[in-house]
Amino acid sequence: MSKVPSIEPNLPADGLIAIVKRDCPTCVLTAPVLAELARLGGLTVYTQDDPTFPESVAAPIDDTALDVSHRLGIEIVPTLIRRQDGKDVARTYGWDRAEWERISGFQGIGADLPAFRPGCGAKNVEPDVLEQLKIRFGETGLTSRHIQLGEGEDEFEAMFERGWSDGLPMVPPTQERVMRMLQGTIRDPQEVVGLAPPNLIPLTVEKVAINAVMAGCKPEYLPVVLAAVEAALDPAFTMHGVLATTMFVGPVLVVNGPIRNQIRMNARGNALGQGNRANATIGRALQLIIRNVGGGRPQEVDRATLGNPGKYTYCFAEDEEGSSWDPLSVERGIPRGVSAVTVFAGFGLQGVVDQKSRDPESLSRSMAESLKAIHNVKIAPSCDAMLVVCPEHERTFRNAGWSKQRLYEELYKLCEVPGEKLVTGALGITEGRPLSDANKTFNKFRPEGLMIVRAGGGAGMFSGIIGGWSSGGAAGSLPVTREVKS
Amino acid sequence: MTILLDPTSERSPTSRERLGRPDRLEGLTVGLLDISKPRGDVFLDRLDERLTERGITVKRYMKPTVAKPAPLPLTQQIGAEVNVVIEGLAD
Repeated sequence: MSKVPSIEPNLPADGLIAIVKRDCPTCVLTAPVLAELARLGGLTVYTQDDPTFPESVAAPIDDTALDVSHRLGIEIVPTLIRRQDGKDVARTYGWDRAEWERISGFQGIGADLPAFRPGCGAKNVEPDVLEQLKIRFGETGLTSRHIQLGEGEDEFEAMFERGWSDGLPMVPPTQERVMRMLQGTIRDPQEVVGLAPPNLIPLTVEKVAINAVMAGCKPEYLPVVLAAVEAALDPAFTMHGVLATTMFVGPVLVVNGPIRNQIRMNARGNALGQGNRANATIGRALQLIIRNVGGGRPQEVDRATLGNPGKYTYCFAEDEEGSSWDPLSVERGIPRGVSAVTVFAGFGLQGVVDQKSRDPESLSRSMAESLKAIHNVKIAPSCDAMLVVCPEHERTFRNAGWSKQRLYEELYKLCEVPGEKLVTGALGITEGRPLSDANKTFNKFRPEGLMIVRAGGGAGMFSGIIGGWSSGGAAGSLPVTREVKS
Repeated sequence: MTILLDPTSERSPTSRERLGRPDRLEGLTVGLLDISKPRGDVFLDRLDERLTERGITVKRYMKPTVAKPAPLPLTQQIGAEVNVVIEGLAD
């Protein structure tokens, strides 16, 4: 670790200080004024980029390390400061003759210059530079343990060896990257977002940011990751059980609202597939948090028999623009136009291929028959499910005037299964209900157990079913929706 | 020199030694915990019978749902009332 500069810069106790850089046209413009003030006495010039600038001043002080600029909190150059008894008593930014006259106490300076010119951004607040300075001055506000890698130790291999990875390479969480990530939110890095299962560890925004860096997120994704984490940590979602079950499920994230387009998520062609950074890394960040902070790892608390590839990442956006239906978030109580994330305990994707149906009755029957096959055709009630309706299928419902609510109702009716089809032995399959249930009727889903979203490319009559956990519902896992906040 | 920030909870879970297995159950109270999985009761009912036949005191408990960890009051109650607890997966 580099040493924290421990002393206040050796600033003059009294007099004038100017901070400049050659790269700033306004600083160049004021060079003659700086010479004038230096001649009149009591001016010290600190230069941020070129120690010879301004040539008009006898001995400008080299602040290319930017320590003085950082300590003085300079944001704009030139900045002119009056010091008195070791304290700043007045300062001005850019060139403003009246202000410079007031602060310097000399009238008529820079008479040849225009009265006003705005300054330029100071070098010490440039994005990468500011982070370096905060690290050097011990001002990161971060409290996570520093892990110093050995000389010549490969940082990517080091992360694997420490068990942080889901199996794929990750972005090394350096202080600079984590600080940059945290600029994606106004929340305090030490704020606790919730208790991360399975070990119920208080999860801070900082730990979320570190894992988001490793997952490959950009800072502007962080609010979505935070909302996803809050949703997954809501006790109603039962993340512990979703992790610990032998079944296939993991958290599936659906993003709604304007944030989808702001961070360029994919809701269209291949929405559930690879290739979009936001889709891929937001889902991955949640999984890494459960692994690294919560302590939930495969073959430990995660007892999944097979798992599913979505446990690397499972996150997509709904295509709201093309839809005639309410977005999922609106259905779930979030105001229209507000961004939100919904988490659902789901697995895999089962295709619903129907290229022939042109009326909603036929198409909904097609969907219902596929839905009834989740887990096992012999099992009902079975689990919650998410139906991802592709645009060409949604068009069929739209043209017939079917609202999403209508489709929910029709599917629910179509998913009633007579007990005789479910009892043990029916279809030659031992799995099933007791014979005494033969004369009853069972629905494949609990009421509210189905969610419909619209996503996918414009071509292809291929919708998809994301199956759920057999412990869906209030006693197990309920889908949870959280607003995305900055 | 690369410095990384620790992405973990920075805690190492305490591993506690399990209590030694008792040599005999006679004179002890045995708890049977049904975790609310289907048919778990089939297994536990039979154990109950066998233990009771031997004159061993049996107490029965049940988690409200298999999907969530046992509520704290339940684990405290079990801890306070029995010497040994048996729980079984089912399906």
